[in-house]
Amino acid sequence: MFIKIKKIKNIAHKRLAIFYGISIMHRVKIIKEFLKVDKITIKVSKLHTEISTDSGIIKAVDDVSFHIEKGKVFGLIGESGSGKTMTAMSILRLVPPPGRIVMGEIDFEGKNLLNLTKKEMESIRGNRIGMIFQEPMTALNPVIRIGEQIGETIAFHGNLSRSDVKKRVLELLRQVGFEDPEKRYIQYPHQLSGGQRQRILIAMAISCNPSLLIADEPTTALDVATESQILYLLKELILGYGMSMLFITHNLNIMRRFGDYIGIMYAGRLLEEAAVDDFFNEPLHPYSRGLMESIFAFKGHEKRLKAIPGFVPRLSDLPEGCKFNPRCMYAMPRCRKDEPEVKKIGNERWVRCYLYQN
Amino acid sequence: MGSLLSVSELKKSYEVKKSIFSKNREVIRAVDSVSFDLQHGSTLGIVGESGSGKSTLARCILFLEKPDSGRVIFKDMDLMDIKKDVIRSLRKDMQIIFQDPYSSLNPRKKVFETLSEPLLFHHIVDRDYIRERLIEILMDVGLNEDFIDKYPHEMSGGQRQRIAIGRALTTNPSLIVADEPVSSLDVSIQAQIVNLFMDIKEKRGISMIFVSHDLNIVRFISDDIIVMYKGMVVEAGKKNEVFYNPLHPYTQMLIDSINGDFLKKEVDYKNELMEGCPYYSRCDFSKDRCKKEIPVLSGDKDHKVLCFKD
Repeated sequence: MFIKIKKIKNIAHKRLAIFYGISIMHRVKIIKEFLKVDKITIKVSKLHTEISTDSGIIKAVDDVSFHIEKGKVFGLIGESGSGKTMTAMSILRLVPPPGRIVMGEIDFEGKNLLNLTKKEMESIRGNRIGMIFQEPMTALNPVIRIGEQIGETIAFHGNLSRSDVKKRVLELLRQVGFEDPEKRYIQYPHQLSGGQRQRILIAMAISCNPSLLIADEPTTALDVATESQILYLLKELILGYGMSMLFITHNLNIMRRFGDYIGIMYAGRLLEEAAVDDFFNEPLHPYSRGLMESIFAFKGHEKRLKAIPGFVPRLSDLPEGCKFNPRCMYAMPRCRKDEPEVKKIGNERWVRCYLYQN
Repeated sequence: MGSLLSVSELKKSYEVKKSIFSKNREVIRAVDSVSFDLQHGSTLGIVGESGSGKSTLARCILFLEKPDSGRVIFKDMDLMDIKKDVIRSLRKDMQIIFQDPYSSLNPRKKVFETLSEPLLFHHIVDRDYIRERLIEILMDVGLNEDFIDKYPHEMSGGQRQRIAIGRALTTNPSLIVADEPVSSLDVSIQAQIVNLFMDIKEKRGISMIFVSHDLNIVRFISDDIIVMYKGMVVEAGKKNEVFYNPLHPYTQMLIDSINGDFLKKEVDYKNELMEGCPYYSRCDFSKDRCKKEIPVLSGDKDHKVLCFKD
């Protein structure tokens, strides 16, 4: 117990020595802290984001709660206008005005992001939370060399010398799969293909070793083959760095292979959340079932696909009660009046539907 | 029954300057020696990644883009030989549906005007009966009378695409070319539109060319499939043959990537190989021979492939 801690060179041993040098009460506290902090990267609770327009207030994100564990991928699935991008923007506090976050809590690394000042938020964005956007063609500046664009983030968030920044950029380029980083460093975005540009964006996103990566439809603009490679790269990075990921997509097929947890969004709310395996074994919400059937029925020999009738409602013109009720084949009178509450089913799963309430 | 459309050795290439100031021009072969037959009442699916020339091919078939060489025989007429105004009158027999219903409909025209235009242009229906005819068409595409006075911005993406399909149906065509008609729609709407295509196909016996990058949809809707890569047809055949017994490495890769693991190999887009197999740089099975010679599309009637591999 009386070894001189300063003399121990191995960091892990040093930590152990410190750990055993303190009181039991302290140890318990540290263990508790360790388990709590390290397990959950981000916890979003009761997030409400509204946009005020001439025709009234639109609830773009309505009572959305979820959390992402360390090293896991949470897939947020929804159609256009379902509020999935708005959720991501709210986490980053980048909601464009007239939109604003009205209520909620976003716990990230022990802080509530909604209470931070602009300055503090800047030090988190791009640093602790990395982001990848949909259009690799428009997200890069066409007149700045690739190396400089990647280096910008690193220089902004860390105090590295120019040569260190360059070293780090080359290392990143290698990590995202370029075999000739020196050559890529001096190229311009137009000299690269779509998939290569997406790799550059990924390099930018992971440049500061973020603990959370937000990817908004990162492969939608890409070909099947390229998409597959980008997903492979992302998976490798997540496993390698222990990053968590919020993956926004409309493509269920990708999530089946890529995600750990899945949340289905419709008209600004989450309708169902489940582990990927559970979800694909048996989707619970009628909307999730409809989505699954309309995608995977292609394999069958039926003459027609099972389509969900009706159309996606506009957020300015939502039905009363459950937002899915006009398109739902199981709709009861109750569904047209009241909105169902979240119903827990099993340990890690819940659904917002009256079919499962009693 | 014979074939409605027969395309042989169709070629289209574009000249592109390497940079704004350079004098060197690069020739891009967008469609390279494509041949196929389309039977009456059947559907041909064209699959390929972006830049594979599938949209150019679709446009060349309709002569919206003039091919460099080759033959397009539609209803026993060679479109390469006949005059422009004859083609124009033939247009009512072949219609196209575009990908994006937001830009393919004129935002300043009501549905009534959009749909009546082709009817009046081709003198199909008398002015007095036009409204009744249009209501019929709207019913056919799953809409109702209320839509006739709407502007495009008042409708959702799915409804707009239904109008675009309705516009194609107004002239009772025998061929419809649909260029990625569902890719810009929401997932829950895609299935509705695909079903609508199936209804139309069965009810009217229209032949269809369905261009898409989504293999699942093509598998569902087509009878025959051709797979394109860099302007060439690399595999062609009956739907089930191509899907359950893919022969070309590219087709195999596509099918693996929709239901299998992620790909690890980097796609090489370099166009350097001017001779030899177009897929050479990406192929796992490439041999020396593939570098020098271009394979020929060979096989039987039900299944052809462009590859040296046995």
